[in-house]
Amino acid sequence: MAMTATVGHSHADPHHVGLVIEHPGPAPKRIVTAYGFWIFLLSDIVMFSCFFAAYAVLSGQTAGGPKGSEIFEPRYVAIETVCLLLSSFTCGMASIAADVRNRFWFYLSMTATCMLGLIFLVLEFREFADLIARGYGPSRSAFLTAFFSLVGCHGLHVSAGVLWLLTMMAQVFAKGFRADILRRMLCFALFWHALDIIWVAVFSVVYLLGSGV
Amino acid sequence: MLGKLDWSAIPFDQPIPLVAGAVVLVAIFGVLGWVVVKGYLPYLWREWITSVDHKRIGVMYILLASVMLLRGGSDAIMMRIQQAVAYQSQGYLPPEHYNQIFSAHGTIMIFFVAMPFVIGLMNLVVPLQLGVRDVAFPTLNSVGFWLTATGALLVNVSLVVGEFARTGWLAFPPLSELSYSPGVGVDYYAWSLQISGVGTLVAGINLVTTVLKLRTKGMNYLRMPMFCWTTLASNLLIVAAFPILTATLAMLLLDRYLGFHFFTNEAGGNVMMFMNLIWAWGHPEVYILVLPAFGIFSEVVSTFSGKALFGYRSMVLATMAICVVSFMVWLHHFFTMGAGPNVNAIFGIASMIIAVPTGVKIYNWLFTMYGGRIRFATPMLWAVGFMVTFIIGGLTGVLLAVPPADFILHNSMFLVAHFHNVIIGGVLFGAFAGFEYWFPKAFGFRLDERWGKAAFWFTFTGFYVTFMPLYIAGMLGMTRRMQHYNVAAWRPWMIIAAFGMAVLTMGVICQIVQLVVSIRNREALRDRTGDPWDGRSLEWATSSPPPVFNFAFNPDVRGEDAYWDMKARAKQQSLAHETPDYQDIEMPRNSPTGFVCAFFATIMGFALIWHIWWMVILGGLGAWATFVVFAWRDHDEYVIPAGEVARIDRANIDERRNLVSMAGAV
Repeated sequence: MAMTATVGHSHADPHHVGLVIEHPGPAPKRIVTAYGFWIFLLSDIVMFSCFFAAYAVLSGQTAGGPKGSEIFEPRYVAIETVCLLLSSFTCGMASIAADVRNRFWFYLSMTATCMLGLIFLVLEFREFADLIARGYGPSRSAFLTAFFSLVGCHGLHVSAGVLWLLTMMAQVFAKGFRADILRRMLCFALFWHALDIIWVAVFSVVYLLGSGV
Repeated sequence: MLGKLDWSAIPFDQPIPLVAGAVVLVAIFGVLGWVVVKGYLPYLWREWITSVDHKRIGVMYILLASVMLLRGGSDAIMMRIQQAVAYQSQGYLPPEHYNQIFSAHGTIMIFFVAMPFVIGLMNLVVPLQLGVRDVAFPTLNSVGFWLTATGALLVNVSLVVGEFARTGWLAFPPLSELSYSPGVGVDYYAWSLQISGVGTLVAGINLVTTVLKLRTKGMNYLRMPMFCWTTLASNLLIVAAFPILTATLAMLLLDRYLGFHFFTNEAGGNVMMFMNLIWAWGHPEVYILVLPAFGIFSEVVSTFSGKALFGYRSMVLATMAICVVSFMVWLHHFFTMGAGPNVNAIFGIASMIIAVPTGVKIYNWLFTMYGGRIRFATPMLWAVGFMVTFIIGGLTGVLLAVPPADFILHNSMFLVAHFHNVIIGGVLFGAFAGFEYWFPKAFGFRLDERWGKAAFWFTFTGFYVTFMPLYIAGMLGMTRRMQHYNVAAWRPWMIIAAFGMAVLTMGVICQIVQLVVSIRNREALRDRTGDPWDGRSLEWATSSPPPVFNFAFNPDVRGEDAYWDMKARAKQQSLAHETPDYQDIEMPRNSPTGFVCAFFATIMGFALIWHIWWMVILGGLGAWATFVVFAWRDHDEYVIPAGEVARIDRANIDERRNLVSMAGAV
């Protein structure tokens, strides 16, 4: 008995410095929620990494179709990038507004975020539609398959983000800045910023590297 | 209107699936009818279907796994009989049906038996062991369970409506591409795994967050019971590996639905990419399943030896080492596919290295038993049976990890014997040990020991009689998935294996009888104190079954084997008599979100399989609306008043005092 107790004790204090840091108990809800959502984001990034890997494997397999440098339009991609980066800023503004419970700035920043997200989606949709119209759809070659899937997967996430954004605005409108709604807002902001990071990777790996080749 | 669905989807000309489907339907409607007639439906809805209590969800996971075990087991019986009779003949199963059966057997046993069984046990036990009231995200937990159930439902629907995949349990392209599998079988496979995969990911996120962020006061990492550690490792693997499965199946589905070229033979698609991706998920998956089993054995061996776990810290280290290394061995699943000698050598060595932490664990269990006061209760029998069996499976695994040997044994019956040896001997024995061990905690009465022991001995011998002959058949050159064969030397071994299958079936029957007998004798088997096995960790510190809030007070942990410590201290102080200051407890309210969401997911999955696009949109909108309605509710918690908490807690404390005073009198 006594031995069990000492063994247990030594584990909490492995180097016998006489200082045992006791675990304080369950974390508060806000921490738990954000932590769980971070884990989800990590898993989402793992999923994206599969599409990145597929793109890396298949980017040379053009099967007689166009190469990246022949179809990418850097001007539109630059506008898309600016939109997304700006939307991250406005999303940050919305988080601050929610923290200080300022409705006006919250709605304004969320609307701006939504608009920027929509512009991004429209531009991406036009790029896709244009490629398909020219006969360069995803069935044309393995390269285009990987391109459409990777960029489209990000686009789908942005679409889901816009849907979530509108739901968040409606929630704040109907319920105000309740603790659980603020937690959801925190998760939404994390999600939106994560999409930005993924876009940076898409921009570099697909468009920057692709235009050079 | 209904996409590809018409009457030709029902296999009227094939008696076996039709009869099986009819039996299942009769069973389902029989149970439903009985529930309705008895008036249990409101109770089931209120207390189980909408429950967000981790214990209830855990029990439902295990129930799902048990039912699916019978389904997957029937497939196994059919396959063993087929191979016993199909010598120089076609047997009784035509090839297209036989191929569906082995595909369904693998898919069901991994995704809908092993996964829900271990996730169910983790759900049931981990919050109790950590000394907390619930998991991190209770409603999400319910969503995860019901999505898993959706996947299981879709796989079973394929029995009657349409067909299942004929591609094996991992649906390798190009066979699984549209040109070679034009039917709906692969779609059933992929969509049910996509939907249940979301459920698994949710469970993984939930349990990782629970272990890392919700531990009671003083529960430092190195005081956690071993099962919590293996849960952490296993769920970290889920979070890291399941998105790979989702992405890979998404790519396959894009190929099939929209004419993409990820894995096709044309337009530059790359089949080997599928192999790499699917096994980058598939190998960690093996450890997702077996690590929780290792945790269960650690708890069982330590409890029934009456000793603290030997080498606790080396066990933690071994667990986390397996967690990392399991991501670095995936290529050993396709040594023969041309990666070259250097790559093969690296992955062969990595595969042998992973045997080292596993060996550490075996020695730790043995040394825990050494000098202990061992009680051979049923859970302990499963644990000892596991050690013997798993060592054999591990050794044949190391043999397969040698690339030159693998070139001979690849895709042979030897391989089939090997992975059944580790999955049955490891995961299934672990699940059964956990089932016997924690059943009293979940339901408040123990299981009948005599039938439990009979079940163990039948399963244990049945396993050896079934699978040892398969090793030999593999050595004799028999490849896997054969619908018939013409080699006389294989025949005797197939007949012995079929006989072994009968013994295994006896084991399953014994477990069903055990359950029935125990429910009948539940008053005699009642566990009044909540600590039937003289346990060491916190789940035994509360009553059986635990109250909805688990603990009236969050326990204060001072060391390893927290409850053992408490018992020791309580004996010294002859059970503290001061009245604790009970407080109100807030618990999450039950919610039908999970069930409704899964209902829409089922509709959506079915519609996607049959290309019924309006129904897909309907299902998607329904699922989204469900979440909005959930997000809109104003009261997500209810309060259990202090008086009620006191009443429940005192009843249990009195039982324990009685026990101690009785022990004193004796």
